[in-house]
Amino acid sequence: MKLWERLATIDRRIIYSILALVVILPLILKPKIGVRVSEPVRDAYSAIEQLPTNSVVMISIDFDPSSAPEVQPMLIALLRHCFKKNLKVILTGQLALGLPMGEIALNQVAPEYQKVYGKDYVNIGYRPGYAAMMVGIGREIRDFFKTDYRGVPIDSFEFMRGVHNYHDIALLVSLAHGAVADAWIQYAGARFKQKIIVGCTGVNAPGMYQYYSAHQIEGIIGGLQGASEYETLVQKPGSATLGMPAQSAAHGLLILLLIIGNIGFLLSRKKSRGK
Amino acid sequence: MFQRSIPLFIVLFTALLLIVAFFIPHKPFGDLESRFLNWYAIISGFTFLLGLDSLTRHHLLKVIRREKGWFYSLLLVLSLFATLTVGLYSWVKFSSPFALRAPFMWLYKYMIIPLQATMFATLAFFIFSAAYRAFRIRNLGATLLLIAACLVMLGNVPLGSSIWQRISQLVHLVFPNTRLDLLYQIELFAQIKDWLMAIPQAAAGRGIGIGLALGGIAMSLRIILGIERTYLSS
Repeated sequence: MKLWERLATIDRRIIYSILALVVILPLILKPKIGVRVSEPVRDAYSAIEQLPTNSVVMISIDFDPSSAPEVQPMLIALLRHCFKKNLKVILTGQLALGLPMGEIALNQVAPEYQKVYGKDYVNIGYRPGYAAMMVGIGREIRDFFKTDYRGVPIDSFEFMRGVHNYHDIALLVSLAHGAVADAWIQYAGARFKQKIIVGCTGVNAPGMYQYYSAHQIEGIIGGLQGASEYETLVQKPGSATLGMPAQSAAHGLLILLLIIGNIGFLLSRKKSRGK
Repeated sequence: MFQRSIPLFIVLFTALLLIVAFFIPHKPFGDLESRFLNWYAIISGFTFLLGLDSLTRHHLLKVIRREKGWFYSLLLVLSLFATLTVGLYSWVKFSSPFALRAPFMWLYKYMIIPLQATMFATLAFFIFSAAYRAFRIRNLGATLLLIAACLVMLGNVPLGSSIWQRISQLVHLVFPNTRLDLLYQIELFAQIKDWLMAIPQAAAGRGIGIGLALGGIAMSLRIILGIERTYLSS
């Protein structure tokens, strides 16, 4: 087999091994790299930064553990930002399997800022049929959430007594890995003019740009890069910032392989045409 | 005859009511919308039971008939009921399966999270290998797609910034009059990525979105007017 043919057909086991090395090594060596903050993430940060103290922010956990490595760091950074600004947080979720991710994050971040359950934040849990719920909150949140996730009436929490519909929610954050973010924008955003920011996986981020450029959402936190940008803004580097060298190296390797593969492909095509 | 006409009438009547409730959000129509939304949520909840029934039936039959892969079906059914049991126990004992000390959370943290994360992480290897094999510059369209993909990948990670800094240093070396700090600020790869995402990509996405919405409206009208009857199995 000629060299260019080999270049175009590297065995997948070799590719897998190199990729594994390229991802694992930066995670072990932990090199420090600078993170550039993009406009959509800066806008998302500003949307929270501009909120007055005690404003209510609703965070919807619309992802499950499969996307947690990308989206969970966003949740932690957002919670840190909200608690640092003394905002009230309502946590909900549109995926039953995602809700514990929110509980894990709350229990990690709330003690850092001495925040108390019921006074500074609540977890109202999950209800099936998210489209109906999103429209229904526009009227009265109690139609769908009379109690929190442990069955405690939401009216027993002081700040929740003043929350009835989107009118009382200053900002909605959808942390999504699928179509749920679109549903929030279409139901809560378009119909009730709710301000929304979206945090999503890298795969979903391109689909959010049309809403962002049309000013239907305030900002986007896209993928691990977006999460690391938000961590940079809140000045608390976490797992996203730690993962960026590995992601950088993986992207670099893929570009390199694409170049090598295409050089091999072009040379072998030229050779076969010559024959 | 009634088997078809009654469901068609229910669909038409419900749809008309919902349309009226949407445009007249006052009593009694506003309340009606709220009631319908509650029903929708309740029905959505019951679909889980339907799914549970269908999944269990399918896999139990596979186990009983000893079909190919029956052992995995058995594992699935056992895992399903074990999770359900642990979840119910946690609910009774700790008020919620999601309470941090509940056994369900142990299952969640040490089984569900690693399993799902592993599945998703494994995909990266397949995508990597598939991209290397399939991304060939066979024509102009494929070439443009490849270049755009590489630029977005570079602009999306700090590696792009590092490469741009090296390029800036090189430019500064060749043209010493250029200001290095200004060159650094340009962040060419990141700028190109931002532009690609905000303009061409968003334009295409918007086009697809509008197409989908129009398709959704057309399909809804077909269902409301009884033209589309596949949901009646006819």
